[in-house]
Amino acid sequence: MVTVAPVRRTPRRVQGSSTRRWVGWGFLAPFAVVFVFTLIAPIAYAVNLSLFQERLIGGTVFAGLDNYRFALRDPQFREALWRVVLFFLVQVPVMLAVSAFAALALDSARLRWSALYRISLFLPFAVPGVIAALMWGFVYGTDFGLVGNLNSTFGLSLPDLLSSRWVLAAMANISTWAFLGYNMLVMYSALRTVPRELYESAAIDGAGTFRVVRSIKLPAMRPAFVITLVFSVIGSFQLFNGPNILRTLSPNTIGTNFTPNMYAFNLSFAGQQYNYAAAIAIIMGVLTAVVAYVVQVAGIRNGGAR
Amino acid sequence: MTAPTSEPAVTAGERPRTPVAHRLRPRRNSFLQPRRSPLLSVLMTLVLIYCLVPLAWLLIAATKTQPEILSSFGLWFSGDFVLGDNVVQTLTYDGGVFVRWLVNTLVYVVVGAGGATLLATLAGYGLAHFDFPGKRVVFAVVLGAIAIPGTALAVPTFLMFSAIGLTNGPWAVILPSLVSPFGLYLIWTYATSAVPSELIEAARVDGAGEVRIFVTIVLRLLAPGFVTVLLFNVVETWNNYFLPLIMLSDPRWFPLTVGLNQWSTQANQPGGQPIYHLIVTGSVLTVVPIVLIFLVMQRYWQSGLTAGSVKA
Repeated sequence: MVTVAPVRRTPRRVQGSSTRRWVGWGFLAPFAVVFVFTLIAPIAYAVNLSLFQERLIGGTVFAGLDNYRFALRDPQFREALWRVVLFFLVQVPVMLAVSAFAALALDSARLRWSALYRISLFLPFAVPGVIAALMWGFVYGTDFGLVGNLNSTFGLSLPDLLSSRWVLAAMANISTWAFLGYNMLVMYSALRTVPRELYESAAIDGAGTFRVVRSIKLPAMRPAFVITLVFSVIGSFQLFNGPNILRTLSPNTIGTNFTPNMYAFNLSFAGQQYNYAAAIAIIMGVLTAVVAYVVQVAGIRNGGAR
Repeated sequence: MTAPTSEPAVTAGERPRTPVAHRLRPRRNSFLQPRRSPLLSVLMTLVLIYCLVPLAWLLIAATKTQPEILSSFGLWFSGDFVLGDNVVQTLTYDGGVFVRWLVNTLVYVVVGAGGATLLATLAGYGLAHFDFPGKRVVFAVVLGAIAIPGTALAVPTFLMFSAIGLTNGPWAVILPSLVSPFGLYLIWTYATSAVPSELIEAARVDGAGEVRIFVTIVLRLLAPGFVTVLLFNVVETWNNYFLPLIMLSDPRWFPLTVGLNQWSTQANQPGGQPIYHLIVTGSVLTVVPIVLIFLVMQRYWQSGLTAGSVKA
């Protein structure tokens, strides 16, 4: 047995040098197959779909970029797009500022029971978006919700947060609530990578708390800011769950085109306008990717200038 | 800078440093273990209250009868404590449809998230330890795919699946959740450091086949990374809403998230049957398992987040 083994192994090895090159593909294959089927193919299909139009006369005809041109002039789409841009510009800075504050507070070691804060603030991230929206929908209610309770108990007159004036703020609040702790933890993880000796030498150099935050901690949080900002771009531009669920509570203030994703969803369901829905989905996908990419590049470039 | 220069032994190395550190201890302690700040505690407690109040509202509401939910103060108990009753009603309402949704969710999580983790592990190991034709292209494509949000894919995937008649069944939900580019990325980074090439080479010399090496050696070494990716995939699949909503029209295939929204729609329709106590209790039943998983597996999501924060 001992003498046979090397003899058998030798030809296998010679053979292996050509087949071994493909062994890696063997491990990759299952992932690759599903990846192509559920990621590449749908995108290709949607792009293809978006280039056609269904016309009353002539059926489905090739339309080139007509759907895209139409979308850019479509007031319903522009309204939805403007709304998520506004959402991004207002909600994201507030959320990231609170997250950064919480991360710095956790890292400062000045909190008692910091684990309690860390876990409690992160907890909302585990709550399904649907339930977050349902729950906040109950809380917002002026009749029997918490807002209504506060109004009747303390004689306040808090506004109806689901009225057209406040509904975007109501949604911004749900997103902030859900992702604040997640962003905090990403930033906190980045802060933990700072070698403790650095703080020691800063203290020896006589740097105060705010100086340390400004010169050591905030720069250390830069990659975390970039990644949380990228996720926030995606979250804002692809906003769907919150508005779609609150719509059942407030159908008059939240239209079918409240966000671009809702518009695409309703176009393909209620309207059966698959070609146009595909064009909207593609535009939003590309736009999200471009903005996310710009954020990343800007983050890296500013980091290098430092 | 004054303290170290007064003690030249500092530069000599590790050992002589100890007395210096010792001498500086009060100062060092005050920095790395500073005194508690009441102001910071107050501010953080406000944030904590903000994060927990809606959940408290939900838990308390689940213990009330429907009239009490609609009439009493939301953040305190009122009337009879009917949590058990509410749970029974939730589970039996409409022929036990909630249980059906729960089973569906479990199937989607086990097959979808479990499968996604397995595929990502196989592929991540393949990328980390093998050279093969087209590897760089694969890598670029996967990295690019991380940036594609699942919600952006939902409509295109629905359009394609409906063209080939794959909608309105469990596979419409499971197939898209089988792909986790971020999971693949995590496993790849983990596999490059946690699986030594020498070990694999040694196993090959001993005559072990690639599959056997993977099952007996690699899988064990990758276990912590595997669990992290599994955790993230489980949470994502459990909370998935847009994709099943768009894919499924038959309530028999709904997961919990879509089912609960259907109850909410039904309750808020003009003339609809008010079942707020069921929505509230159903929400609690949906949240509790995932929160428990989170709390029990804390250290795993922490490592996933660290990888995420270093990624950019």
